[in-house]
Amino acid sequence: MTIFAKMAAGYGLVGSFIIVAVTTFLGYKLAELIGQKRMGSAFAILLALVVAYIGGVIAHKQIDAGVLTTASKGITDVVYWIGSGDSLKKYAIFGGVGILGGGMMRDFAIISTAWGVDPKNLVKAGLAGIVALLLGLILSFVIGVVVGRLFGYTDVSELATIGAGVQTFVVGPVTGAAFGVKSEVVALSIAAGAVKSIAAMIIAPLIAKKIKLDNPTGAMIFGGLIGSTSGTAGGLAAVDAKLVPYGAMVATFYTGLGCLLTPTIFTAVLRMIMG
Amino acid sequence: MGIYGLGIIGACMFAGCYLGNLLGAALGLNSDVGGVGFAMVFFILIQVYLAKTGKKLNPKTEGGIEFVSALYIPVVVAMSMNQDVYSAVASGLVPIISGILAVIIPLLTIPLISKLAKD
Repeated sequence: MTIFAKMAAGYGLVGSFIIVAVTTFLGYKLAELIGQKRMGSAFAILLALVVAYIGGVIAHKQIDAGVLTTASKGITDVVYWIGSGDSLKKYAIFGGVGILGGGMMRDFAIISTAWGVDPKNLVKAGLAGIVALLLGLILSFVIGVVVGRLFGYTDVSELATIGAGVQTFVVGPVTGAAFGVKSEVVALSIAAGAVKSIAAMIIAPLIAKKIKLDNPTGAMIFGGLIGSTSGTAGGLAAVDAKLVPYGAMVATFYTGLGCLLTPTIFTAVLRMIMG
Repeated sequence: MGIYGLGIIGACMFAGCYLGNLLGAALGLNSDVGGVGFAMVFFILIQVYLAKTGKKLNPKTEGGIEFVSALYIPVVVAMSMNQDVYSAVASGLVPIISGILAVIIPLLTIPLISKLAKD
């Protein structure tokens, strides 16, 4: 087993090809079984999220065992370990999944999808994209504030941090740090952003038809409304990979704009309203 | 050569993300604002230039670009495996309720905002 773990850690990226291939295969088979062949990638993503959850459960057990110190990257955190104390040896057997699914490869693949994009479609929906971007930031912030308020949070800075986290899990900590909010609330805001990304991947394919998410304009608006790179990338992949470049093009401005507006204007308005 | 295709995308990525980081710094943020979007604009401009001059990429170079495009779904599947689903589920109702509502409510506005697109 140790020999295998050593090899799996050394050949991490290639190992991730096998893991992703098997997951994708199972996802497409599952979709076929249910008679929803077009939902193949949606099921593959769903299975991958289940794998991420199981990884999280195992990784947190490994934290309890003193093997790991933190865990926030799903299956990637899980290690194979032998020995204890000073002779503790850890092998990152799933490290390759972290490379293949990390920010570098994600952005590289997203940019490549712009091949064959008709610039006319982008210009046509430009205004709609910008409106969606602003509306997406405002709605997420308001939803976070209202839900936080309903659950007993009253401090304006804490509510703003939760609202910022609902925007994306990057804006939450940025806003929290700006007001010196305590770390539990920041953690909550990060979790809210993670839930939104995951929910976008699962919900988008389910309601795509109803909300007319089947054309470049709809995809650009989707990118502006959801905003998180992973949520947009995953959600559109589950609906129709051809829509990805349009959504990604708008979503790429969301987090930056959120970091700019949320700790400043949005929070100031909230402070005025709440007195 | 296929690698030329990968190199073109990579060059667009570096140029775009550098611009994104410059914009971020100009706005006083320590992050990338719109880098991927700028990279995509550069990539699209190359295609517009090719179409205008009637030039075509070598089929193998194009094959390299299509190879990366085809990797998109696998990369997303791997990305999904990296999500912190455990913490998302374990942190209580505030993140779960607000996160889900923040997908459903905004998405319902898509048909409405779509009307802003010019035909």
